[in-house]
Amino acid sequence: MNTTKGKLLLSGERFRLTLERLCHQVLEDWEGFANACLVGIQPRGVPLADRIYQRLSALTGRSDIPYGRLDITFYRDDFRLRETPLAPYPNEMNFLISGQKVLLIDDVLYTGRTIQAALAALQHYGRPERVELMTLVDRRFNRHLPIQADYVGLAVDALDEAYVKVHWQETHGQDEILFFEKR
Amino acid sequence: MKALSTRHLLGIKDLTENDIQLIFETADNFKEVINRPIKKVPSLRDITVANLFFESSTRTRVSFELAERRLSADIVNFTASSSSVSKGETLLDTVNNILAMKVDMVVMRHPAPGACAFLSRHIPANIINAGDGTHEHPTQALLDAYSIRERLGDVAGKKIAIIGDILHSRVALSNVFCLQKLGAHVRVCGPPTLIPKHYAALGVEVSHNVRQTLEWCDVANVLRIQLERQDIRYFPSLREYHQYFGITRQMLDALQRDIVVMHPGPINRGVELTSDVADSRQSIILQQVENGVAIRMAVLYLLAAERT
Repeated sequence: MNTTKGKLLLSGERFRLTLERLCHQVLEDWEGFANACLVGIQPRGVPLADRIYQRLSALTGRSDIPYGRLDITFYRDDFRLRETPLAPYPNEMNFLISGQKVLLIDDVLYTGRTIQAALAALQHYGRPERVELMTLVDRRFNRHLPIQADYVGLAVDALDEAYVKVHWQETHGQDEILFFEKR
Repeated sequence: MKALSTRHLLGIKDLTENDIQLIFETADNFKEVINRPIKKVPSLRDITVANLFFESSTRTRVSFELAERRLSADIVNFTASSSSVSKGETLLDTVNNILAMKVDMVVMRHPAPGACAFLSRHIPANIINAGDGTHEHPTQALLDAYSIRERLGDVAGKKIAIIGDILHSRVALSNVFCLQKLGAHVRVCGPPTLIPKHYAALGVEVSHNVRQTLEWCDVANVLRIQLERQDIRYFPSLREYHQYFGITRQMLDALQRDIVVMHPGPINRGVELTSDVADSRQSIILQQVENGVAIRMAVLYLLAAERT
């Protein structure tokens, strides 16, 4: 295996179909997308959330789905444990989520700590009816907290040393999920 | 992400340009936070900050306190007038007693120049200088430069005039350091008695002509006449000062273009600025106050991020 390039887990048509499936799953479970909003976690959940937003808008024929980008830097629990401070990203949440269904979106679900921080950050925008989690990759055996995703693109079982990275057309030239045995 | 090159904020002199830019970028995020419906984040929830004010202050103290509260820090407030300082306790004893109660950061204002630097050599907490005598007032300079960046897009290459009582002003010295590090051209302007000779050695222009300075500058940062620090008379009367160095609506209207007017407060209306200047749309005095909270949140956040 080429450790510098990484092993390809998903790309091309299958990648597209996976996103398509995720959108349809949400629409099936939520009976359309009424009284619901999308929240992408900065920075890496946002490219996925952008795609899901576009597809859901097209599938439902709506252009008014509330869509926010949530920065969780100030809510993280590893502040003061890192060598350097974490860089915050722009937080773009211009609506309240009180009484709404929230679809929280991130690229890789690993320890669950990011999601915990995101849930803490979401509290500041009201009391949602419920929050569900969508991730493109679920690393099932590496959780530190009792957090599970409701919509999963691809489940990856790997050791802690391994690393899974998602590339996007917009930023990397192509859509793909790569697997590295070491960081 | 980059970290600050220092573990205390004693003065702008110790900061690099990268430090200042990092503080500005972080402040951008906090400015968004303080405009949310719920203006609070939990970053500093495990940190206790002592605000030690050995000299009177309203704006700076309230601004720091708000910044600390919005980062969820625990706060201990201390003002010299109501403390054991009036019973003869030394600075080090006072602070050590407060630190024995497990305080992580100290924000201090003190009438003696260098008081914060002295403290930083003796105690383990992170120290933020909130003004030490006539020496430095780093967070004020940061928020001034940040407000200029917000209004004009950039600080580099801009012409900034600091007008008024330069001699007694810690804001002036910190502003000169900060603006120079960011690549601005700086000029100080005031009566000869209120501009120390050594300012020329800092590489700033010195002028005694307000009208000509206003024509030159993009931004006029107007300082208060600090009567409480003036042991002798540096000019005949406030009325005469206003006639020679006060800024009026007519003077601004006579210029060919709009300049930005700033003031660190508190304003002596009718002395260094007339009311119609202070309240005009060219004035960004209240934006400075708003930005002060964001800048102080950024400084507290970046200093507290030090690994424990």
